[in-house]
Amino acid sequence: MPTNIDNRRIVRIEQTIVETPTVKTLVFKDSLSHTAKPGQFLMIWIPRIEEIPMSVMINSKDGYAAVTIRKSGVGSTALFERKTGDLVGLRGPYGNSYTLKKSYKKILIAGGGTGLVPLLRLASYAQKLKIQSTVIIGARTKGEVFFENIARKIIQDNDSSLKICTDDGSYGIRGTTVELMSKVLHENTFDCVFTCGPELMMRKVVDLSNENSIPVEASLERYMKCGIGICGSCCLDASLVCQDGTVFSGRQLSKMLDFGNSYRDKDGQRINYS
Amino acid sequence: MDINDKNYNLSVEIDKIHLRNPTMLASGILGISQSIFERLYKENVGAVVTKSISVNPMKGYPNPTVISIGGGSYLNAVGLSNPGVDAFSKELSKNKKIPIMISLVGSSEKEFSRMVKVFDSLSILGYEINLSCPHVSKMGMEVGDDPEAVNKIVKTVRMNTTKPISVKVGVGSIDVVELARVAIDAGANIITAINTLRAMTIDIETMMPILSNRVGGLSGTAIKPIGVRCVYEISKNIKAPVIGCGGVSSWQDIIEYMMAGASAVQIGSVLGSNGPKIFNRITKDLKNYVEKKGMKNISEIVGIAHKY
Repeated sequence: MPTNIDNRRIVRIEQTIVETPTVKTLVFKDSLSHTAKPGQFLMIWIPRIEEIPMSVMINSKDGYAAVTIRKSGVGSTALFERKTGDLVGLRGPYGNSYTLKKSYKKILIAGGGTGLVPLLRLASYAQKLKIQSTVIIGARTKGEVFFENIARKIIQDNDSSLKICTDDGSYGIRGTTVELMSKVLHENTFDCVFTCGPELMMRKVVDLSNENSIPVEASLERYMKCGIGICGSCCLDASLVCQDGTVFSGRQLSKMLDFGNSYRDKDGQRINYS
Repeated sequence: MDINDKNYNLSVEIDKIHLRNPTMLASGILGISQSIFERLYKENVGAVVTKSISVNPMKGYPNPTVISIGGGSYLNAVGLSNPGVDAFSKELSKNKKIPIMISLVGSSEKEFSRMVKVFDSLSILGYEINLSCPHVSKMGMEVGDDPEAVNKIVKTVRMNTTKPISVKVGVGSIDVVELARVAIDAGANIITAINTLRAMTIDIETMMPILSNRVGGLSGTAIKPIGVRCVYEISKNIKAPVIGCGGVSSWQDIIEYMMAGASAVQIGSVLGSNGPKIFNRITKDLKNYVEKKGMKNISEIVGIAHKY
C-alpha cells in the first residue's frame, strides 16, 4: 500500500459512469484516494497527453475512489475519453480540506456541476458525524443535473434534505443556487456554509454568507503545473491553491482581490473572469 | 543593528547588492506574482529571483512538467513559461521595498536589450541571465554552451544597464569555470551556480517518459554536491562574487555553500514540501549558528574551505 502521496501510482479504470453527455465519472482502486479528505485533489496523468488536478470523487467500495470530469480542454477531454481498462497515473491527494467541527449541528452545502465532487465527500463525512446537511444542487437546465441519486443516498438519514434548482426551471425549483440559498437562509439557521462550483457563483455564496454572519468555506480551482507549491501557477493573491487551499474561509476570501475576479493563464498572465 | 533583530549578523554584500540575509528564492519557483514576493519577504527571504522572463509570453510545455522523484529531488521541464516582458513589468510596477532580481532568458542580443530597456526603470536589484536552462531549444543552455553568444549577450545587457548582472551557469558541455570567465570578462558582476542538470525518468508500467518534454532538469537534494563543487571551483578561479544554488534544503546546506565560496544562496525545490515559511526557519537557524560560532557576521565563512 503506498504511503508517500508524491509517489505516482498507475491505476486501471474499473468503471466509467456517464453523468451527462459531457460529464463522466471514472472509478479506480487507490487506497490513498479512498481516504482523501473533502477538498483534496489528485494530479491525474493521462500518459503522453496531460496531467490535471482533479477533486477526489467518493466511491462506496472500500479502497476505491473516482474522478468526475467535464470535457473542456485538452487534458479533460483526453481523460473523458478514457475507457474501462485504460491506465492513468495519479499522485496526491494534495491540499487542505473543509473543516467540519464536531459542534456543528446543521450545515448548508451549495454546489453546482463538478463542484459537487468535494461536497458529496463532505456530506458523507457530515453524515458520519451526525451533522444534518441541506444540500443545494444548482444547474442551468435539467440535462445538466447529475449526482442526484448519489446525493440522496448519502444524506438519506439524519433529517438531511436535498434541493435542486435550475436556472430555466426545467427541473426542481426555478432559480439560481444563490437565489435558492437566500430563501433557505431565511427559513433556517446553519452553523456553516460549504460551497464549490463556478467561481462567480462561489463569490456570491461567500458574500451572502458573510452578510448573514455565517461561517463559509469554498474550494477553489486554478490552473496548476506542479500541484505541490513549486510552480506558482495557482496563485490567488498571496496564497497557493495547491498548498494553502483548495479550501479557503470566507474571511480569507473576502480580502482577496483575485477571488471572483481573475486567475493566471498557462503563461502566468492575469486573466479576468468576464 | 539590534541583537534581537532576526537578521542580526546575517547581512551580506554581493557586488553592489546589500541583502539583510544570504537567502534568496531561486528562479523558476513561485516567481510570477508580486503578492507572493511580498509574502516571501514577510517570511524573511533575503531577495527573490523571478521566473525567467522572455520577450514574448510563453505557455511552456504541457503537463507533467514537475515531478517529485523522492528523497527531496525533482525533475522539471516547465518550458520557461512566463508572462513576457510587458505583462511582467506591469506586475512589478508597484514594487518599492521587495529586493527583486529579474531572471532573463532569450535567444538573441536584441531580445535581451529590449527587456532590459523595459525593466531598468523598475525598483529592482539587478538581473540574472539564465544561460543554463537545460530543456528549451535555442535558449538557456543552448546559448550557454556557445561562449561567443554568451559574450555578446552579456555585453548587450551591460550596455543597457548600470545595475548588477549575474549570469546563471550550469553543467553543460563547457566547463563551468570557463563559462563564468567569459561572462565576467564580458561585463557580468556575479555568477549564479548552478542550474538543474539534464535528466529524465520513465514510468515502467506504461513504459513511457513521464515529462511531456521527455527530458528535463534535475533539482533538489541529489544535485547539491555538484553545486557545491561548481561554486568552489568558480570562486577559486574567478574574481567575482558567486551565488550558490542547487539542492539547498536546510541552513546547514547554506553554510556549506558559503564555505565553498558563495556570498548568498538560493533556495528552490524545497519550497514544495515546506512552503514559504522555510525562509523564516532557516534564517533563524543561521543566526543561531553565527552566534554560537562567535562570528561578527556570517560573511566570515565565505570561501573558508579554500584554506584547506
